[in-house]
Amino acid sequence: MKRPSTLRGPWNTTAALLILGLLLFPVYWMLNTALQPDTSIAATEWFPTSLSLSNFEAAISSQGKSLLTSLIVALGAVAVCLALAAPAAYGLAQFGLRGGRSIVFTTLITQMVPGIVIANALYSAYAELGLVNSYLGLIFADASLGLPFSIVLLRAFMVSIPGEVVEAALVDGANRFTAFVRIVLPMSRNALITAGLFTFLFAWSDFMFALTLNTTDDVRPITLGIYQFVGAHVSDWGAVMATAVLSAVPAAILLVLAQKYIAAGVSGGSIK
Amino acid sequence: MTTAVPPAGSLDPAPPSPSGSSSSSSTGVPGKNARPTLKKPRRDGHSLLRWLFVLPALLYMALFFGYPLVRNVVMSFQRYTPTTYFTGEAPFTGLDNWRAVFSNELFADSLWHTAVFTVGSLTGQFTIGLALAVFFSRRFRLSGAIRAVLLLPWLVPMVVSAVVWRRMLDQDHGILNTALQAVGLADGGVPWLSSPSVALLSAIMVNIWIGIPFNMVILYGGLQEIPRELYEAASLDGASPWRTFRSVTLPLLRPVITVVLVLGFMSTVKILDLILALTSGGPADSTQTLGTVTYQLSFLQLDFGQGAVVGNVLIVISAVFAVLYLRANRADFGTGK
Repeated sequence: MKRPSTLRGPWNTTAALLILGLLLFPVYWMLNTALQPDTSIAATEWFPTSLSLSNFEAAISSQGKSLLTSLIVALGAVAVCLALAAPAAYGLAQFGLRGGRSIVFTTLITQMVPGIVIANALYSAYAELGLVNSYLGLIFADASLGLPFSIVLLRAFMVSIPGEVVEAALVDGANRFTAFVRIVLPMSRNALITAGLFTFLFAWSDFMFALTLNTTDDVRPITLGIYQFVGAHVSDWGAVMATAVLSAVPAAILLVLAQKYIAAGVSGGSIK
Repeated sequence: MTTAVPPAGSLDPAPPSPSGSSSSSSTGVPGKNARPTLKKPRRDGHSLLRWLFVLPALLYMALFFGYPLVRNVVMSFQRYTPTTYFTGEAPFTGLDNWRAVFSNELFADSLWHTAVFTVGSLTGQFTIGLALAVFFSRRFRLSGAIRAVLLLPWLVPMVVSAVVWRRMLDQDHGILNTALQAVGLADGGVPWLSSPSVALLSAIMVNIWIGIPFNMVILYGGLQEIPRELYEAASLDGASPWRTFRSVTLPLLRPVITVVLVLGFMSTVKILDLILALTSGGPADSTQTLGTVTYQLSFLQLDFGQGAVVGNVLIVISAVFAVLYLRANRADFGTGK
């Protein structure tokens, strides 16, 4: 299977680029449609021969607020999620708590509760608590998308932090909490970034909670925005695709800037 | 010394110190260092303080996962109407919701659609993902970079992908039909999303596209862990590539394959975004699945009781696979890695 690279190298690279082109065609098509000025009804040209940013102007003027909402909600969810997950993961990794093992099991299982089931029950609870149509309500709901994942991922990392490092700080007079903040958190930087990135992506991509926990347009993330946009302006595909491009930007940026964290998260966090 | 604390379970023989025995350990900080063995990981006895690290997350999970599970079971025996949200009254009606749902033809249809959608999606994602993982295991220039970019479809919000595909699959103006017609296939254009007999297939196709990167990355990781010596041995024995794949790769990849399939199942069986944005469950309910029916009953017909019934069915199906998942994971916990 694995042969010395030199001979077959160029062919493999060519084949890989072809696969890439094929699989990423929808992404190209999204960009292509967004960049063409007149895509109302007729078929779209294969290439954007006359570039125009008018679709993006339309997208920002109608969906700009939704993009901002998504950003606020996703960042809020990351903050809530990490604030809960980091200490919990540390406790589970290093304290040898009784029943810690079953807590990790339970955490894994919660990842499997269907979102629509949560939304179903959460809606009635939110209605009673006045959390429907609120930033806080959506932030808390979205944080639940990343929490089990983050706990499992961070715990797997923190298990390998040597106990002596923390013990030394305790001997020097720090309490468990300050030792955690000053020593454990900085050591776990990479794992925290990975967990935070994925929580951000989960929250940014969330559609279900956005759809079910909001009855007005006060808190409308971009996923809900584009869904309603397609329903209302199905003829203006250029603007819809420009919105799609804008809402895919975080994924693209993160992929370029934080490639190694993403790869680590996909393989590490999902398996363990 | 103790470089890593193994999972809690394996520590159990050591005497736990539930706050009562704090007298010995809280005073003995310097003394402990003189006796470095055995009781090492449990220093100060304030286990209550230690629990404070874990408690907030536990509380949160109880509220956002535990409570909905219980509430859904209760709701499935209650009658929820739009007025419930004004009066607060949801009378218990026994098995009425369950009878109504199970005698609803749409429920049986959606069960079938869910099965077809899930099995179809998994088969496609896994086969293509595995083929790509094997292909990218060869060493060639740009392999890593191309693999990274291939992740993009998985990172883009699912609703957004669905919207893009909806445009591409348009019968009259979609690029797919334009291309097919250009090469002389499908003259009238395939009614990808507008024909009840094709729409579910289209949804599966789109979902396969979304799931390929995830399968590829995990399986690629699994392939990297197979010792190379085994392949060298196989080639010394003169095994053909196919034989090597069957006798070396597949058996050693099995744990990873199980995890990929179970995780894929869990996320596919409950999909909502993709279908709502692509077809809204239509045409003629041909793409309704358990997820969309739950949403429709609860949030469009505002019958949360009946929605809860379908949700519970979804939970039972998920629970079965959760057990499988944990079994597949057991090895990992054993080694504490």
